[in-house]
Amino acid sequence: MPLLEVTNLRTSFHTRHGIVRAVNDVSFALEKGDTLGIVGESGSGKSVTCYSLMRLIPQPPGKIEGGSAMFDGIDLLKASPQQLNKIRGKRISMIFQDPMTSLNPYLRISDQLIEPLLIHEKISRAAALARGIAALEDVGVPDAARRIRSYPHEFSGGMRQRVMIAMALITKPELLIADEPTTALDVTVQAQILDLVKKMQQELGMAVIWITHDLGVVAGFCRRVQVMYAGRIVERAATDELFARTAHPYTRALQKSIPALQPKGAALYTIPGMPPDLSRPIEGCPFVPRCEFAQEQCTQPVALKDIAPGHATACLRVQKGEIAL
Amino acid sequence: MLRFIIKRVFEAIPVLLIVATVSFFLMKMMPGGPFDTEKVTTPEIKKAIEAQYGLDKPVWQQYLDYMGHLVRGDLGPSYRYAGWTVNELIASTFPVSLELGCYALAFALAIGMVAGIIASLRKNTASDYVPMSLATLGICLPTFVTGPLLILFFGICLNWYNTSGWNLPSDRVLPSITLGLYYTAYISRLTRGGMLEILNQDFIRTARAKGATEWRIVWKHALRGGLLSVVSFLGPAVAGIITGSLVVESIFQIPGLSRFFIMAGFNRDYTMVMGTVLFFATLTIFANLVVDILQVWLNPKLRFE
Amino acid sequence: MSAEFPTVTQHTSEVEVGQSLWQDAWHRLRQNKMAVAGAIFVLLLALASFLAPLIAPHSYEQTNLAIGATPPSLAHWFGTDVLGRDLFSRTLYGGRISLSVGLVATAVSVIIGVLYGSISGYVGGRLDVVMMRIVDILYSLPFVIFVILLMVIFGRNIYLLFGAIGAVEWLDMARIVRGQVMSLKKQEYVEAAVALGLRKRRIILRHMIPNVLGIVIIYSTLIVPSVMLLEAFLSFLGFGVQPPMSSWGTLINDGAKSMESYPWLLIFPSLFFALTLFSLNFLGDGLRYALDVRTSKD
Repeated sequence: MPLLEVTNLRTSFHTRHGIVRAVNDVSFALEKGDTLGIVGESGSGKSVTCYSLMRLIPQPPGKIEGGSAMFDGIDLLKASPQQLNKIRGKRISMIFQDPMTSLNPYLRISDQLIEPLLIHEKISRAAALARGIAALEDVGVPDAARRIRSYPHEFSGGMRQRVMIAMALITKPELLIADEPTTALDVTVQAQILDLVKKMQQELGMAVIWITHDLGVVAGFCRRVQVMYAGRIVERAATDELFARTAHPYTRALQKSIPALQPKGAALYTIPGMPPDLSRPIEGCPFVPRCEFAQEQCTQPVALKDIAPGHATACLRVQKGEIAL
Repeated sequence: MLRFIIKRVFEAIPVLLIVATVSFFLMKMMPGGPFDTEKVTTPEIKKAIEAQYGLDKPVWQQYLDYMGHLVRGDLGPSYRYAGWTVNELIASTFPVSLELGCYALAFALAIGMVAGIIASLRKNTASDYVPMSLATLGICLPTFVTGPLLILFFGICLNWYNTSGWNLPSDRVLPSITLGLYYTAYISRLTRGGMLEILNQDFIRTARAKGATEWRIVWKHALRGGLLSVVSFLGPAVAGIITGSLVVESIFQIPGLSRFFIMAGFNRDYTMVMGTVLFFATLTIFANLVVDILQVWLNPKLRFE
Repeated sequence: MSAEFPTVTQHTSEVEVGQSLWQDAWHRLRQNKMAVAGAIFVLLLALASFLAPLIAPHSYEQTNLAIGATPPSLAHWFGTDVLGRDLFSRTLYGGRISLSVGLVATAVSVIIGVLYGSISGYVGGRLDVVMMRIVDILYSLPFVIFVILLMVIFGRNIYLLFGAIGAVEWLDMARIVRGQVMSLKKQEYVEAAVALGLRKRRIILRHMIPNVLGIVIIYSTLIVPSVMLLEAFLSFLGFGVQPPMSSWGTLINDGAKSMESYPWLLIFPSLFFALTLFSLNFLGDGLRYALDVRTSKD
């Protein structure tokens, strides 16, 4: 039984300029202790997917139009607020991209850090505080007992992210959703945070969904990857498979864009064109305007299909075996 | 923190000195003296009175005398009520004004904040539109319009309350509401705005992701930041309540300092007028200091400046 | 960017007062029904007040002790006051006073505020710090008390009234203008002007002020009701305009004194005053919303 099973999730935003279909029929499953990377550009729907699961989308203007997300027998999308609050922060935790704004500047670290314990466990404040200090030490914050009384703005960006991780993991959740947690940090700090999460994942045996636009990050950590574009999943595979036998032009283009892998001195490769306007319905494959392999047949609707065990693609031509990437 | 307080006090002193000096010399520029309208007296008696009040000395000497008294907190004798000093007059009338002001402010804070919080939580519903429209009304309507209208309706038509006076406990109701109405409206809008801004922040999303209930989010996470704009408004609010009490005490015939101030104005009781001006100025400066301290306490980011 | 929630952003820089901004603002203003209603009311009122000598059915000071105070009737639409004067005419003339004080005092206010704010914002540095600190301190004082002091000492001179009221309301304008000037200062064309060797005073007058004009106009519409309120306040207390020239404040005071017996004397002037304030406020709010998308919290 998978830990999390998402089926046909559809989320849109009703704005003054039209209905933006941010997540368009997304389905995936996650096993206990598994690590899944969700990769895509801004606007691909990767974050909105996970925010929908946690029901953190502001409604209005957002609306979960349909689908289900089964977590241990409960449909997260239809659960009551009480049920949801018992899961959020306790069984599913989330860390966010900008630690600067994601921590409450008006409260001390101690108050925020132990809050999940106070909410979800019958525990005294003193005991919670002790666990908080231990958690801070676990994530590598020096002088934890003293610094726990600080305010967020007294910490550096990397430290704040460590605090966020400690806060998310203090209740030992079964699933951690990490929304681009390293994007706002320095490169050296990025590596540290990634290692930290890896370590915690192994210690706690929890599942992790790691959202990012950076394929490199995924390669170092996630066992499986799914690539999203224009609100859909365009390719899904084990990480090695994805790199070795790429099955979608968009994934190939993303790989080509990794600066480190490009020849020195040449102009950096960028994917030509722009992501589509999601307020307009898209016929067929959304990548067509930017795809070097696009043909007439690609404008027909195409579904995500397995081309090998555990490897699915939404490219019609790859499915038909017409092209190899 | 202590340095902050000392710095502010140091700033306040020149302000008060300037106010006192300007007022003094304005007064002296007046043609005619304060006793010109008195019953006709012989020149000798007039001279004696002037000597008694120190008015025969050269101006700069009078000024120094006045400032000397001022520094010791002595605001001088009333020109109108012989035998009374300004200090005594203020002391006997201010407590009434203080009571009125406190009730008005308490009313404004209680109703305003609650209405604003509810409106922010139920944005764009009836619980939002109705109170906020009423608030827009309340901001536009001045006290000298609402006061008489309230008296007309509740005092005369319905006969629930006395139309004037400050004797019964129920006499407090209409004046306090009249005085506080504008501030209730303003505070409710400020609260709503402040709360909405906070509720849109990322850290509220983090709190939700931790499984906090709406109540917890409002009480523990949002209020502190959301109320900041209300707290910073309290400074001008105190000044405004002093101003508003001028009208309210007149309409409701309340024996407070503001009404006395107006009467002193008409009576040309200059020391009383000046003394009251200085008193109110000092009061507002002090109130603003307290508000600033409160702000720093609420907002930890300010503590490190 | 954090989460990729689709946001509808319209990049309206305060500086780019080009065609599109004004057109867009005009369009959005027209959609705001309350603001339009407010504007129409104010215009009609201004027209009526201005034409008062022509359209008022009776003189505003002609007393008629024979009839005394009478309730509204066909002859006297709003009734008459204790001295038999027609209330409708007095209300019209009162509007004249209130509106003209409103406009003139606002003008005084705007001039002081714009000059103060421009200088503070442009010169910057320590002067700016000191000037703004002065504004902070003044903001916290109950100015009206001082105005009354002036009135007591110098008598109820209408020019003094204009000046004194204007001197109360300039603080907000100064702050806003300063903010605007400071952001303009960083714009490139100012650097160009400096490079060309124009003196500071010239730069302030010829380049900054026209650009600040837009925001000044908007906030002026908010100052007008405050000023009118202040004038009425003073008149109500007895420190404002001298009779027989009576502004709405005086009329309301008179009405309040006799409201038990003659409630219409209170109701009509109050109603007009309140409606005018509402209209101005809605108009001002509408203008502010229309021209600055970022302040909209909805």
